[in-house]
Amino acid sequence: MTKQQANWSPYDNNGGTCVAIAGSDYCVIASDTRMSTGYSILTRDYSKIIQLADKSVMASSGFQADVRALQKVLSARHLLYQHQHNKQMSCPAMAQLLSNTLYYKRFFPYYSFNVLGGLDHEGKGCVYTYDAVGSYERVGYSSQGSGSTLITPFLDNQLKSPSPLLLPAKDAVTPLSETEAIDLVRTCFVSATERDIYTGDKLEIVVLNASGIRREYMELRKD
Amino acid sequence: MNFADSASAMKNLLGSEGDSQRTLYPYVTGTSVVAIKYKDGILIAADMGGSYGSTLRYKTVERLKPVGKHSVIGASGEISDFQEIMRYLDELILYDNMWDDGNSLGPKEVHNYLTRVMYNRRNKFNPLWNSLVLGGVKNGQKYLGTVSMIGVQYEDSHVATGFGNHLARPILRDEWHENLTYEEGVKLLEKCMRVLLYRDRSAVNKLQIAKITEEGFTISQPYSLKTFWDFAAFKNPTVGAEGSW
Repeated sequence: MTKQQANWSPYDNNGGTCVAIAGSDYCVIASDTRMSTGYSILTRDYSKIIQLADKSVMASSGFQADVRALQKVLSARHLLYQHQHNKQMSCPAMAQLLSNTLYYKRFFPYYSFNVLGGLDHEGKGCVYTYDAVGSYERVGYSSQGSGSTLITPFLDNQLKSPSPLLLPAKDAVTPLSETEAIDLVRTCFVSATERDIYTGDKLEIVVLNASGIRREYMELRKD
Repeated sequence: MNFADSASAMKNLLGSEGDSQRTLYPYVTGTSVVAIKYKDGILIAADMGGSYGSTLRYKTVERLKPVGKHSVIGASGEISDFQEIMRYLDELILYDNMWDDGNSLGPKEVHNYLTRVMYNRRNKFNPLWNSLVLGGVKNGQKYLGTVSMIGVQYEDSHVATGFGNHLARPILRDEWHENLTYEEGVKLLEKCMRVLLYRDRSAVNKLQIAKITEEGFTISQPYSLKTFWDFAAFKNPTVGAEGSW
């Protein structure tokens, strides 16, 4: 029998967009809930956001099976950490752990594009942004995934964050209030949904601040 | 090192078909599985064809199988890989029963197990060439999930594999609702299966429907759908197509 399929690939791209914004006393992490393959939508209600510790939340797009494996590893590592240290992991520590976990599979990578948001030791918002093999950086805001090409330049324009090259270093957190940041995130996703076929259906927003964690949802275009 | 050695080494690196020990493409395959939640549980439909490429090789392949007391699995893709998966599942259920502690694996646990098996095999570059659907009811909780050969999984109120995702799910998105009765659910699945029968060349007119409720599962005897082929376009599809048969 002749071969009918194209060569098998262990990877797929299930799409999705993630955004995180850090403020002086809050952090907003958001992503859409669409999961696709090729031109097909698999489901319209799949959450890409996971709470890894009290004050760290990860949003991931890319290949869903790898993302789930990664989430499982991080959750298991965090459980061990709690048993050994009797406390929750901090967001900067989780950021380093995520980087190491990604790099551990440097030569058969997790095809996942993550943003990690949370609050640091001082209760200040923090956002870490990654590539698939673990390079990471602390920033004031970030966008990852299929809609990032549309959203990143818009955030650059709106948030005009200080250059990381400045000396002495300036704070990367955005000057916006919490409600302004949430509104900005909503606008980003509504716009990205217009042009990116892998973004849509529903927006999930997670807000972290001194009073705890809260989730809100907004409908997006379904076409 | 002589040339022949390096050539064979190169062949191995490139995964040549001759001495390969893994599935590079499927042999006997089953086509779509379509499943929905309804008022009292889950309904799953699949036809009974087993295709050898484009040849209809087997006509009585059971692609819906019970797993434990609360779940039914539906499989599309390589039939032999599905039979291997059933061996894994039967062993899993048997060993769970041997604890004799009154606990039993529900659909959620079985689906999670399948997800790990499929993802683990893709990590070894030796996939089980299937798309699986798992439905069940336990403790009043309806569960319907699917997993692909590379480990992509999700739950939804309706799922379909392969062609079903293109042809059946748009119908389900239009017509599905939470409170479908059993009769309405079967009618909806039959509508999907009929569209697939008309438009998916590897679908055959012999299907089974499985029902899972809190009380347990039943898998129907094979039966066929009423079809209507007397449309003019079906009778002479190439009329007016110059230069065609």
